Parts: sequence; C-alpha cells; structure tokens
Amino acid sequence: MSEKTIVQAINEALFHAMEHEDVVLLGEDVATNGGVFRVTDGLKEKFGPMRVIDTPLAESGIIGTAVGMSVNGLRPIAEIQFFGFIYEAMDQMVSQATRMRYRSNGRFHSPIVVRSPYGAGVNTPELHADSIEAIFSHSPGMKIVMPSSPYDAKGLLLAAIEDPDPVLFLEPMSIYRSVREEVPDEAYTVPIGEAKIVQEGTDATIVTWGPPVVWLQQVVEDYAKQGVSIELIDLRTVAPLDIHTIVASVEKTERLCIVHEAVKTNGIGAEIAALVSERAIFSLVGPIKRVTGFDSPYPAGTIERDWMPNPSRVKIAIDELLTYE
Amino acid sequence: MEMTKWLDEQGNLIGDVAVPSDDVLKTMYAEMKRGRMIDTKMFKMQRQGRMALVAPVSGQEAIQVASALVLNKEDWIAPSYRDSVATMLHGMPLENIIRYFKGYSDGGGAPEGVNVLPVQIIIAAQMLHATGVAFASKIKGEQARTVTFFGDGATSQGDFHEALNFAAVYKLPVIFVCQNNQYAISTPVSKQMNTETIVERAKAYNMAYEYVDGNDILACYDVMKRAYDKAQDGPVFVEAVTYRLGPHTTSDDPKKYREQTEEQQWQQKDPLVRMRAFLEARGLWDAAFERAIEDRASEEIEEAVAKIEETPPPTLADMLEKVYETPPTLIQEQIDGLRGNE
Repeated sequence: MSEKTIVQAINEALFHAMEHEDVVLLGEDVATNGGVFRVTDGLKEKFGPMRVIDTPLAESGIIGTAVGMSVNGLRPIAEIQFFGFIYEAMDQMVSQATRMRYRSNGRFHSPIVVRSPYGAGVNTPELHADSIEAIFSHSPGMKIVMPSSPYDAKGLLLAAIEDPDPVLFLEPMSIYRSVREEVPDEAYTVPIGEAKIVQEGTDATIVTWGPPVVWLQQVVEDYAKQGVSIELIDLRTVAPLDIHTIVASVEKTERLCIVHEAVKTNGIGAEIAALVSERAIFSLVGPIKRVTGFDSPYPAGTIERDWMPNPSRVKIAIDELLTYE
Repeated sequence: MEMTKWLDEQGNLIGDVAVPSDDVLKTMYAEMKRGRMIDTKMFKMQRQGRMALVAPVSGQEAIQVASALVLNKEDWIAPSYRDSVATMLHGMPLENIIRYFKGYSDGGGAPEGVNVLPVQIIIAAQMLHATGVAFASKIKGEQARTVTFFGDGATSQGDFHEALNFAAVYKLPVIFVCQNNQYAISTPVSKQMNTETIVERAKAYNMAYEYVDGNDILACYDVMKRAYDKAQDGPVFVEAVTYRLGPHTTSDDPKKYREQTEEQQWQQKDPLVRMRAFLEARGLWDAAFERAIEDRASEEIEEAVAKIEETPPPTLADMLEKVYETPPTLIQEQIDGLRGNE
C-alpha cells in the first residue's frame, strides 16, 4: 500500500493484467515511448514488443485489429491517444466491437478494453479533450467506465480487462497526476456498473462522474458548514447505469442535480433525468437540475474555464433546489 | 502485370502445369455447381417472398472454392456478404446461410469449431478483423492462416489500407483475397481507382502478391496454395479478376449500369462451363456425374429450407439476451417486459 496517482494506479493495473499471457496492449506510442502520458511505461521492457505493440497511426486500424485479436482468444487493451481521436474508429467501436456477440449469435464476443484520456483542464490543442461518453452510451453492447480516483482506476481497469464485453475505459486527463491516495500494491477489482456514494446526505443529491467528483467534495463540505446535507454520488460507470443507487438517493433527498463535463443536450444527464422521472417523479419536490458543458464544440484553451461546470454554477443550482419544499 | 491462367475459355490447359488429382478436380467442379444451385434457389425464394434480401455469388465460385480447398480446419475466414460458397466449404452450415438471408438474427453464428466470422456488411471492416485474428495467431505461436474476402469497392476504404499496412508491418499470416468483380453496385473499377490493377497496391505495402484469372479454378487453386505457404512469413495479396453475373443484390437492376453485351461476354467465361469442358475432355465429367451433384444439392437445399420454415425466427427477447453476456438491469427489465407479454 502506498500513495499513488491515477497514472501510477493504471500503470500498476496493466502490469498485473499482463501477467496473464492472453492480455496484449496496442496503440500509438504505447511501447517504446510508454505512451504520451507514460501510462504504459515499462511494460514493453517487461513483456516484449509482441505483447506491447506500437501500431501504425490509424485509430480504426487499432480498434479493428483489437476486435480480431479478441475473437481469436486474446484480451487486447487498445489505447486511443486522446479521446477526441476516436471518431476515426467509430465503425469499429459501435458497429463491430459492440455487435460481435449478437451478430455471431453468441459464438464470438469481443472482450476488448479501449483506454483513452479525455476531458478538459490541461490546455490540449482542440479536438483532443472531448467528453463524448454519451455517444457510446447510445450503442448497446459497450460498457463505459469513468473513474475519478486512483483506487477506483486500478480496480475498475482490472475488472474491465476481465469483463466479457467491450469496455471503454475513460481516464480523466486533468486529474491524472493531481489526485493521490492510498492504493493497494496487489491486484483487486472494483465492480463495473456500481455507483459509489462519496458522501451521504439527506437534503439534495448530486450525481456526477470523472473530475467533478474531486472538486464537488469541497462544495458538499461548504454546504455542510451551513447545515445543508448533500449526497454526492460518483457514477464510476456511465453504461450500464446504476439507476437503483440514484433512485434510492432521490427518494431520500427529493432533490437532484446532475453535473457533467460533457455537452448538455442529449448527455448522460438527460438520460438520468428521464429515468428518474419514470421511476421517482413523485419523490421530487422541484425540477431536476443539470450543470454541464455548453452546447458548442469543445472549446479552445482560453474558453475552457468558462465552458466547464464549476462550483459557483453548481451552487446556484443547489440553492435553487433548496428553495423547493 | 502478368495474370496466372491455366485454362483458356474453352477449358483447354495452357502451358505445362501439374494438374491436381482427379478427385480434387471433381470436387472443385462439384462445389462450384453446389454453390451455383444454392445461389439460384435463394434468389428464387427471395422472389417468392421467402427470403429478405440475397446477394448472389454466381460467377465468383472459382476463387471461393479454390480458397476454401487450400484451408485447414483451424484456419479462419473473415467474409463479406458475397462469400457463402467459401464459408460453406469451410464448414458454415447451409442452414445458417439461408437463415441469415431470411433475416433471422441467428444466421451469422458459425458452429463451434468452424472459424468463420459473422457476415460483414460494412465494406472492408472485416479486413481489420482478419489482421487482428492473424495477429493473435502469431502472438500465440499458432500456424493458422486467416483469409479475408472483399471486392473492388473495398479498396477505396480506409480500413482496407489500414489492414494491409498493419499486416505488412507486423508480417502477419493473412491472405487478402480481392474478388475484383468489376462493379461496386453500379460503380465500375475505372471510377473506383486510378490504377490499372488492384494488385499493384500490394507492392506499395511491400507485400507478396498474386494476380489471377478468378474464373479459372485451376489457376486460383495454384495461386491460393502458393499464397497459403507464403503467408507463414507475412501477408499475401491476391487479386482474382472475375465478374458478378447477377445483380448486386435482389434489390438491384444491373441494366441501369452495364451493357448486355458485356454480360454475355462474361457468361462465355463462366468458371463452371470452363471447368466442365476441361473435365469432360479428360473423361471426368458425364451427364450422370452432373445429375448426381444436382440431386445431392437439391436434397440438401430442400431439407435445410424445410427445417428452417418449420421453426420460428428468434424473438426480440432472444436478441436482447445476446447484447451483453449478462443483461444489465435496464435491458433485463426490457426482456422481462417482453417475456411477460408472450
């Protein structure tokens, strides 16, 4: 047990996973260079260039090759260097990987893990940082995991590699190295599809995932000082959604605010709002709030701060929710 | 580019070549004929409203039969939607082929032990899967080869180039078989590319290649055997020049885009006619042999069709159960809702 960053926790998980000889890693610059964020550092030295594979620069090629490898008994972990580059691989992701089980009537399946850093906060050039998890959540067959802490990152990645279905594993670029916590040195899994109640509360529920989990803890603390008890839920997996945890919380607090970094319209927040309306609308005392990115293309660096959800926008939403009785 | 050719259009042997055994020769013809009969039957059934949509293979049997004949059981095929002659010969049951084109959701599943990927619809997507399957064979130290089929239109897709490049860089045991049937629906090869042949692209990837008369099964067999051996050391590209005698699918009308004189010219080059003439000259074909093939194929087709038409297609709930290994809560609720209503 020692303090680790998310990058270190993921790197350690990969070392554990590759002890199984059917696990291979492939992507751009993942082998010799150890990845542009050094997440795969040291793996080629230990496991060799036929299991840690520098591919030609072609995202569809990476995912399509991984799909073929998985059909023939391997468990490939493919890296897409930045999540904004994944559009090049859309067919292989949503029409091929996710449908292999159904299209082959269960004869084959495609247990690939696609790792990719996503999201704002590190001033990447445009078209790098998109948060487009919702697009993939519209493709049944894929699981989408979005950890916000080193402990969860390691455990969820190991669970993703064991999972029999394709898993999109999205790594929060902005907190890759800024969050540290105690992480066991040995291998362990955190179940996919289970949300985590980060802070229990009774007056309102905030549902979020990824980097906002980190700064929202301060927001929740600020409210606690005023005697307001907020329940903070980290979804951790956005597909499949842990709707039971959300509904149970809303039935208790009667107020719901969803915070996400992605574009507002048709985001995962919209789906959560719809599901809560279907299942718990009579528990709510006021409208469901969403604090999100804006409905524009993901912005250039100088606009990033205005675009992203932040504590003051969340407080405005929560204050309004608290006026309903 | 010199084309490998063993038989002229009258079925005469060209040059001094080592002809396979009589048994192999007869199998070649029998399998092409079987494929043609199944194709014809499915086309008729579609017109009778008993199939959803069919993509006919007629005209392209030679390269498909030759490819499947050189494969071993452990080898893989990543097919497109016009490759059922090859996949059946590699072990895909006729029943699955018919179910697929009837629109049953379970038709794409090869039985255990038959290494055939689901029918690919997205042009060239299967080529990357073939590259991946072959990559896995190489990593695992297995000898299996992977063959992927695609057409002339596929050569314009990004996945085509990415698959060739990945396979060449990592020297993977995959054989890329391009069936150049002259048209991608209505678009002729001349509008698909600015090169004389397709096979010359293999040179750009520094990959072994073969250029063959795709309607000459002896030449196809020769080329595929060679490709199979070479694939041990890296990818091989095969361009088989052929012709789709029928429409793109049962929804297509080729009169819109090609001349009847052109179709007639290619009918003269029909791979079945040519092989039959060759066999007859060697005393290996007679009317009784032809009838025996026809009777066997008819019986096989009738049996498969009867069996399928007696059983209902899979339901929506069956399909929902195949989206994930274990349905997540929200899907399970949908399944329960459907099962409750049954």
